[in-house]
Amino acid sequence: MIELDNLAYSYGGGELLSEVSLKLAPGSFHFLTGPSGAGKTTFLKLCYGALVPTAGHARIFGQDVREMTRDDIAMVRRRIGVVHQDCQFLDHLPISENVALPLTVAGRDVQAEAANLDELLAWCGLTPRASALPPQLSGGERQRAALARAVILSPDVILADEPTGNVDWEMSQRLLQLLVELNRMGKTVLIASHDLGLIRAAKQHVQARVLRISNRRLQLAGADL
Amino acid sequence: MRGPRVIGDLVSGDGSADRVVPPSGQTAHLTLFAAAVMAFLAVFALALSLSTGRLADRWGEDLARASTVRISAPGEQMQAQTAAALRVLETTEGVASARALDATEQRALLAPWFGPEVPVEDLPVPQLIEVIETDAGFDAAGLRLRLSAEAPGAVLDDHTRWRRPLVRAAERLRALGYLSILLIGGAMAAIITLAASAALSANAQVIGVLRLVGAEDRYVARAFVRRFTLRTLAGAAAGTLAGCLALLLLPSSGEGLDMLTGLGFRGAEWLLPLLLPPVAGLVAYAATRRAALRVLGELT
Ligand SMILES: Nc1ncnc2c1ncn2[C@@H]1O[C@H](COP(=O)(O)OP(=O)(O)OP(=O)(O)O)[C@@H](O)[C@H]1O
Ligand SMILES: [Mg+2]
Repeated sequence: MIELDNLAYSYGGGELLSEVSLKLAPGSFHFLTGPSGAGKTTFLKLCYGALVPTAGHARIFGQDVREMTRDDIAMVRRRIGVVHQDCQFLDHLPISENVALPLTVAGRDVQAEAANLDELLAWCGLTPRASALPPQLSGGERQRAALARAVILSPDVILADEPTGNVDWEMSQRLLQLLVELNRMGKTVLIASHDLGLIRAAKQHVQARVLRISNRRLQLAGADL
Repeated sequence: MRGPRVIGDLVSGDGSADRVVPPSGQTAHLTLFAAAVMAFLAVFALALSLSTGRLADRWGEDLARASTVRISAPGEQMQAQTAAALRVLETTEGVASARALDATEQRALLAPWFGPEVPVEDLPVPQLIEVIETDAGFDAAGLRLRLSAEAPGAVLDDHTRWRRPLVRAAERLRALGYLSILLIGGAMAAIITLAASAALSANAQVIGVLRLVGAEDRYVARAFVRRFTLRTLAGAAAGTLAGCLALLLLPSSGEGLDMLTGLGFRGAEWLLPLLLPPVAGLVAYAATRRAALRVLGELT
């Protein structure tokens, strides 16, 4: 699915990530942890082609990011659902349209998928807020909407950057359950989070591996966390 | 291939691409206004070109038929002087041909004044020689001198020659009119490029989000292109209509003073200004598309 080969990245100063190698196998479930500023968001961006590695290779669905055109990247993003740390909505459109946006830009018939959309909104507890504008939502509601948008196209891979940062424990369990459910359907999941409780909870439901960024390197954390 | 794509992009009713970009009040109004003004000006430039063109053509034809030499002489010298004048004309530089009119033609010329039954042969009417000039034309003063030496009764009448510089001016004016239309088109392309670039920068965040959820550049560009093309089309249509109405309302003095009152379209020429809005729309389409793809290319 996603393959990083001896990759390094720097924003211009010193290297933020070095010698990173990783294969995300289909159907796998990973957590990514590390202190704030370690480069978790940067790592995810490398995984969905928003950043090009400064050294080494990143291959997405077998294609080297460096050789991909802008449209190739657009197509890849329809197969990778991303929950961004800062959500990123179109503030002039209601939540329901924002969640359906991947369908819209992919030229799919949004009307035909209306039932799916309603179900998804209900699952994320957003039905009462469906016609609100993004700036009118709470932080947690925005994160739920971002997750809903990430999975609406039923992507092969789901990358989530702190998807539970602003929600209470119960809601975070629900969102986790959704991700676990999707993983059981064969989707590859990678969640960046420093919520160790969430990670422990997940491990009861799913075979999850924990990656940790420390000292610019990516390490596989022990079973004990 | 490209034509149908343009139309397809515009009428596909793909309002979705429209909705994802927030409405922009001011740019919209300014684009509409600029397109209307440009179309209004283009109508006048077009009318100017066509009217001066007509003038130049008509006067040009008159010029080509040009001059006559009139020979008044006592009956017995008429033949000799005519022959002498023809000889002079044939050897004059700038004269393409010279031909003495025969009795029938002279009678036709006089008919309006004296009726068809005039016995031209018996009257002391002057003999007329029709002179056709080359494009370069002849030196009238020199020709007069030589004629007076060879055929004292010959008078060169070149009444239409004074129009020659006017024809040249009219032709120049026509060229200027067409140049103005090109310049107006260029200015419109520039204005729309600026407006589209401003709209694109103002919506950088929106474009970023669209890109994150997998929108291709083509999709994002279409939202802007459609908007600016339709706006320009509407503005240009209004401007063209206003321009045509203004032309219709110009006072007409009938004949004469063509330059001033003849400004406008005749008959089928009225179809030409109808082309202005679609052409303006095409210009807007190309300008916005270029601006959009350039701006998008600079984003990650
Ligand atoms: N566009 C950028 N240009 C320059 N430096 C950047 C840029 N984005 C991030 N950085 C820097 O790179 C480092 C890693 O950032 P990143 O966002 O990947 O961290 P993170 O692990 O996601 O942190 P957090 O847990 O707080 O979200 C930070 O020091 C940040 O300041
Ligand atoms: Mg981060």
